[in-house]
Amino acid sequence: MKLSARNISWQVNGRQLLDNIRLETVPGENLGLIGPNGSGKTTLLRILAGLQKPHTGDVWLGDQSMYRMRQRHIARSIALVEQQAMASDRISVHQAVSLGRTPYLSPMRGWSPQDEAIVSRALYDVGIEPLKTRPWHTLSGGEGQRVQIARALAQQPDILLLDEPTNHLDIRHQLSILGLVRALPITVVIALHDLNQAMDCDRVGVLEDGRLVDIGPPEEVLTPHRLRRTFGVHADVLANAQDQRHYMRFRQAV
Amino acid sequence: MSMAITAHSRWSLPWRWCLLATVLLAMTLMAGTAIGETMIPVETILKVMANHFWDAGYPVDRIDAGIIWNYRFSRSIVAACVGAGLALSGVVLQALLRNPLADPFLMGISAGASTGAVSVTVAGLGAGALTLSGGAFGGAMLAFAMVVVLAHLAGPGGRGGALQASGAIILAGIAGAQLFNALTAFIIARSASAEQARGIMFWLLGSLSGVRWDDVRLAIPAVLAGLAICLWYRRALDAFTFGTDSAASMGIAVRPVRGILIATMALVTAVMVSMVGAIGFVGLVIPHAMRFLVGSRHTRLVPACALAGAIFMIGSDVVSRTLIAGQVLPIGVITSLIGAPAFALILIRGARLT
Repeated sequence: MKLSARNISWQVNGRQLLDNIRLETVPGENLGLIGPNGSGKTTLLRILAGLQKPHTGDVWLGDQSMYRMRQRHIARSIALVEQQAMASDRISVHQAVSLGRTPYLSPMRGWSPQDEAIVSRALYDVGIEPLKTRPWHTLSGGEGQRVQIARALAQQPDILLLDEPTNHLDIRHQLSILGLVRALPITVVIALHDLNQAMDCDRVGVLEDGRLVDIGPPEEVLTPHRLRRTFGVHADVLANAQDQRHYMRFRQAV
Repeated sequence: MSMAITAHSRWSLPWRWCLLATVLLAMTLMAGTAIGETMIPVETILKVMANHFWDAGYPVDRIDAGIIWNYRFSRSIVAACVGAGLALSGVVLQALLRNPLADPFLMGISAGASTGAVSVTVAGLGAGALTLSGGAFGGAMLAFAMVVVLAHLAGPGGRGGALQASGAIILAGIAGAQLFNALTAFIIARSASAEQARGIMFWLLGSLSGVRWDDVRLAIPAVLAGLAICLWYRRALDAFTFGTDSAASMGIAVRPVRGILIATMALVTAVMVSMVGAIGFVGLVIPHAMRFLVGSRHTRLVPACALAGAIFMIGSDVVSRTLIAGQVLPIGVITSLIGAPAFALILIRGARLT
């Protein structure tokens, strides 16, 4: 299923946070969103997830406008993993992941063995099955992020949106979360802070002051010129001697 | 495989719990009716009930029958409804606003009710056509409406736009409560006699003294409607665990769901407050206590809160009638006196468990 942003704009107190964004996902791709702080990544993801409506423009999911769909039907196609999830209640990992079935349950239709199987599968897919009885508040940052991803997968989405999922994680957990996300067979739109991590995406979109200034394969988008213009850094783009893939070395701020 | 089996056997479980809850509630109602300044044997109570429900025609003492039917039994039922209603209100507001301090009176309802009550009894509003309960209900709804408008204007949808919705609701509630408390104080200071002031204070702390069958007919539908709506939205309440955005991303239509739940709970609370005054502590503490006992999933938490609130309130009423011979204490004093230490114990035990 395709998710497409059609000329969406969003402003707060006269400040343009998103300016006429046009974006369409390719089924199954890994689309990275990068941009400096405040460039609109989180706002764009929130609008794509259907959490807020743009002031102008429209978001289409498949062949219909998202704003003609019921929230629970949107949630069956799109799942969002927020930057940081907080819960004050004492719930177990299994219960947290079970929440992902919410869009499929109704007051009259209860929890079924099929729901249980989907939750088990999600726990297994992100490798947190051994944690399933642990209380949520005892988890580490990396474990908590995995639980949120499992919760999103239990929604059985066609499109998974992630907002800087590797923030506050150590490098090992960063790489394992990204590896996990990349291996998923669904469309993934992921806001990223680390530009070298964006190199592994299928496509990269660059946000600058609320405008989508470039989108395409990472080697074409992440050039020294772009890094200087949008991110304000002098950087070299080098090829790794071992696998010939590109990586960036940042020298100094402009 | 074992998963499938546990999921299936859960089907019969709710009915067992329902039965247990009914038995517990019936026993507490019996106890609430039997215990008092004159103790009445359960046998007599059962006979009086049989006479009233099935015209059984058992010979019973007429004074006993009067105490049981017109005084204690109706009073216990209303106590149960009030306890259940306030506990439900508390659990819903705590879940929706993601704030452990949320309680049924957060939306200015008790403050509005007290203003309405004094407007009628002291200032003479309605010129005798309005009862104290009617005035209290009107005041409560007026305060709630004002808080909602203020929260809407201050919240993300309004012109201010700087506050999160839950923060806006809480702050608007505080502002509304302060305003109406000041109005109450103003009316009392300006025109109440010492006797009236004492009466109002007693009412504000909660009193089941004036309760009659008319109140039962109002309280039961209110609490049942509240319970039904909470159960209908139990999964939505669960979905708020990680906040409103997370709930929305899992398919909850946040604004309408939150609106329906808060409005229902405000109505239930207003009905209860207008009958018996603002009984504190129950709505705040019963939900927390039940979370420790049955967990935070609302499928279990909602019925558990209703039951525990009902039992706790009947118990408090019994204590308030019997603690000092010949005197009935305000029930709000008792709920706090019993509740605070009990809650402290639960907190300490809960902390040790994790």
